[in-house]
Amino acid sequence: MAHTLSVNGRSHTVDVDADTPLLWAIRDNIGLTGTKFGCGVAQCGACTVWIDGQPVRSCVTPVSAVEGKVTTIEALEGKEARAVQAAWDTIDVPQCGYCQSGQVMSAVALLKENPKPSDRDIDLAMNGNICRCATYARIRTAIHAAARSLEG
Amino acid sequence: MLRQTALAAVAGLGLALAGTAITTAQTPTPPAGTLRPVESFQSIAQREARSAAIFTEMGKVLQHPRCVNCHPATERPRQTDAQRPHQPLVVRGKDGHGAPGMACSTCHGKENFDPARVPGDGHWALAPASMAWEGKTLGQICEQLKDPNRNGSRDMAALIKHVAEDSLVGWAWRPGPGRQPAPGTQDQFGALLKAWGETGAVCPR
Ligand code: FES
Ligand code: FES
Repeated sequence: MAHTLSVNGRSHTVDVDADTPLLWAIRDNIGLTGTKFGCGVAQCGACTVWIDGQPVRSCVTPVSAVEGKVTTIEALEGKEARAVQAAWDTIDVPQCGYCQSGQVMSAVALLKENPKPSDRDIDLAMNGNICRCATYARIRTAIHAAARSLEG
Repeated sequence: MLRQTALAAVAGLGLALAGTAITTAQTPTPPAGTLRPVESFQSIAQREARSAAIFTEMGKVLQHPRCVNCHPATERPRQTDAQRPHQPLVVRGKDGHGAPGMACSTCHGKENFDPARVPGDGHWALAPASMAWEGKTLGQICEQLKDPNRNGSRDMAALIKHVAEDSLVGWAWRPGPGRQPAPGTQDQFGALLKAWGETGAVCPR
């Protein structure tokens, strides 16, 4: 069945079953592979995208339920995104990198909602994003750094 | 097919996930319970005793994992029939919809997504702290349910409507595979609540 999805400002029609996860449509049909598959059951966060600016696990979101505009890591922009990217770079957050597009999608979403998050706020927003390389401490440091850079 | 892929991938993430999703997926669902029909309480002649007995029957639903899991004593919901703490860690947040960056809707859609066994509803949310049921006796839950200061300012008519028609309440009877539904049906539960109200809304002791 054909489903029309708005991804990164462009309209895409994908011919897949209604219960196909958005993640599969993004990666296999649309060809954007920045969003990763980790678990498929909303337990790891690797597949995080935004729908209408809100972080969503695309592995448990059937294409038939997607009404809003999807943003993936490839099209992330804005001052919070730039601040996070810069902090990630300076602090050298990623190790293998596999989880990182999900981490960045969640981190930027957090800063948009809460520009000055505490450690606790960061833990609550980010604990659904698992990192096999355990870069958690650097992620927290980098979110604080990004928040500080946005203050000026 | 979907589920196999999902489980294989979970197994791949291995240590990081400590098998949480796997256990959920493989827990067999026990048979659903039933509720006694309202008429069956007619044999209790004394009105107050009848009312309390009806509420005790309602307790099968109110104290069921499908209900208590999201009426938790702490800010963190529970999940599964085993009622373990929600994985990942999520909290009630300001309005019952989670913390900034980790709202309920990050994972829970408008409907159950059975391939990954993630439940959903149009207004998936945690009950307010004033409506915590976990760890309470049925008598305490009963008093709490009647108290407009703790039940969302609902009178009996509003309570009945909420219980009989609310889609998230109704989810307890269609929780998707791997989760035992609440006993009986939403209609039966609504009828019991109504009968309880009509018999004076007496709380069991
Ligand atoms: S792949 Fe979606 S949360 Fe793990
Ligand atoms: S950097 Fe390797 S999984 Fe996070």
